[in-house]
Amino acid sequence: MNKIGLIIRREYLTRVRKRSFLIMTFLGPILMAAIYIIPIMLALNSNNENMRIAVVDESHWFENRFQDNKEHTFVILPGQPIDSVKNLVKENIFDMALYVPPTQLNIPSNAIVYSIRQVPMEVETYISRVMQKEIEDQKLMANGVDPEIVSAVKTDVNLSIMRMDEKGNEKETFTKVQFTLGIALAMLVYMFIIFFGGQVMQGVAEEKTNRIIEVIVSSVKPFQLMMGKIIGVSLVALTQFVLWIVLTGALYLGFSAFMGLSNPEMLSSGTVMAQQISNENVMNNESVQSILQIVHSIDFGTIIATFLIFFIIGYLLYATLYAAIGSLVDNNTDAQQFTLPVTVPLIVAIISSFYIVNNPDSSLSVWLSMIPFTSPISMMVRIPFGVPIWQIVLSIVLLAGTFVLMTWIAAKIYRTGILMYGKKLSYKEIFKWLKYK
Amino acid sequence: MTKISVNEVTKCYAGHTALDRISIDIPERCIYGLLGPNGAGKTTLIRILNQITMPDTGQVLINGEPLGQRHVASIGYLPEERGLYKKMKVGEQAIYLAELKGIKKAEAQRRLKQWFDKFEIGGWWDKKVEELSKGMQQKVQFITTVIHEPDILIFDEPFSGFDPINANMLKESILELRDKGATILLSTHNMASVEELCDRITLINKGKSILEGKVSDIKRQHDTHKREIVVRTTTPQAIYALGDTYNNIKVEQTDVEDEMRLTLFSATSNDLIAQLLQNGQLVSYKEVLPSMNDIFIQEVQSQNQAS
Repeated sequence: MNKIGLIIRREYLTRVRKRSFLIMTFLGPILMAAIYIIPIMLALNSNNENMRIAVVDESHWFENRFQDNKEHTFVILPGQPIDSVKNLVKENIFDMALYVPPTQLNIPSNAIVYSIRQVPMEVETYISRVMQKEIEDQKLMANGVDPEIVSAVKTDVNLSIMRMDEKGNEKETFTKVQFTLGIALAMLVYMFIIFFGGQVMQGVAEEKTNRIIEVIVSSVKPFQLMMGKIIGVSLVALTQFVLWIVLTGALYLGFSAFMGLSNPEMLSSGTVMAQQISNENVMNNESVQSILQIVHSIDFGTIIATFLIFFIIGYLLYATLYAAIGSLVDNNTDAQQFTLPVTVPLIVAIISSFYIVNNPDSSLSVWLSMIPFTSPISMMVRIPFGVPIWQIVLSIVLLAGTFVLMTWIAAKIYRTGILMYGKKLSYKEIFKWLKYK
Repeated sequence: MTKISVNEVTKCYAGHTALDRISIDIPERCIYGLLGPNGAGKTTLIRILNQITMPDTGQVLINGEPLGQRHVASIGYLPEERGLYKKMKVGEQAIYLAELKGIKKAEAQRRLKQWFDKFEIGGWWDKKVEELSKGMQQKVQFITTVIHEPDILIFDEPFSGFDPINANMLKESILELRDKGATILLSTHNMASVEELCDRITLINKGKSILEGKVSDIKRQHDTHKREIVVRTTTPQAIYALGDTYNNIKVEQTDVEDEMRLTLFSATSNDLIAQLLQNGQLVSYKEVLPSMNDIFIQEVQSQNQAS
């Protein structure tokens, strides 16, 4: 085996065998699955308790409007003084008391809920919604409008967005799905670069502070050691990524099978609820079916291919920079001043991704997806919206070119840095190293 | 035959010259001492030999050929600042380092077993390096330096961190390696070990070679003709009186009763001895050569004053 292969093997094996790698590998999918499963569990479990609510409506407007369901039972207590009802709540005969104060002429718009415990969100929402509806209906009727007409007038507009290309092909787009997908891909690239780039930096710094570096570079060229480490860590990243996908899939299937066997109806209702809860802000109105349809319409081949290319080259670019920084570390505080310039473009890219999802084809978005230090993240945000091939290719070429250039620079810094101890380093000094033979 | 030839090598770092047109020839099967005060440029020279850094000008020849990547496998290097991967197991790590020098895994395993038995550390194979004491780590490090049986060995302060017993074991191993055909470059501040081990030395100061040659020759060149004569006598007054008749003779009582020591700086002392024999018995006559320690200090100081 050649030397760089030996280095890659050691870097890979020592990391994969670590306990922290195992923990991360299993914790990641569990967390991801939890995001999906917990809302379902909550949705299924919230039915267990029935709230008994005493209603004292001195205005008598709402007495017959509240309806019982699994979560709450309303008991109308007409003419009871509220103080004695409050005592019933204290004695735990009722969970809470709803009090509507008397009014002279108008429909009341104030009410008070007395409760010992925290009032569940659903109950609160239900009560205010019922009252609001009743008040609105009454006001409409007072103005001679039939509430039936109003609800018949309410219309949901279904706006379809069709993207055309020069050949006249039309394709329906689904902004909300692309929005979520773009942000998710960008976050994934960002997290992997920060995490595994950091591992490269730590590995380099460890070899330097361990002082094993001098022994190693008497056997291999510093460049071989640096690239071996970067590639070794990238394989760890890919292993982790693949394991996460496999394990998340297995967990999801296992959970579905378990829930499906015990209660198929609950699962489907739970899934719908979970979908609605987790996507509340983005796609409240779309049904599960249409989401699935959208998911199928997305060109996953292109997305996965570009994701892998930008992720790998982007990681490589940053990993070389992190390796150079690691070689400058003497003690950990020193590294901070050098990590900052590397982290800034990543942070700029991740923050601007929220602008890009809203304006994927604006000139700023295009520029950000071309500049090599932001492109691995910014391009991922744009990809689900469809990016012209020439832009993708140009961006990849720029990224790869910068990677080669940065590797050359980083290797020079690395080569000198790993053997430099106890010296306060400035950017000026490091710049000189580039000229060393 | 010359094994390593350093020709007019210069290396400059930002602002200072670490090596200034230095030339050294190291013969085959020789233990060669590289001496010099801190910051003289020893480490820079060693790093150039290991191809860790490149010279600005000048060149290094190994067996008459320019130093290149293929020589990596024939050089073993024990740096002054040592280190191993702390979290890695001893055996695994030793194999890895041997593989980096181009040894096949099975062969590395076989040789390592021999060395581990020799150094009585066979039980450490599966221990992590961080569990070992510093002295134990030094042994492992030494083994990883020689495991690929290089014909050139470079030791930078090899004895630091060893207790006297282990230091002796190390010394014997170094001599054994030389006898088996290795050429050894030893950089150390420990002048006693230089006298015990080195055949030749170069003393460098401020990037320049200021003294070079066989240890025995250098000592002779720096001979101050100091001689020590010890006589046994019952008449010490006569000896003191005799001493007064010569210039530059110090006469003193030794720790042993009836014994007198005369220290003189003259190679020719037949007259004195003849006279001494009349007053007592000659116990010993000794030529006192300067120690490498003295030579080191003298040479470096005189050069520093001159510049």
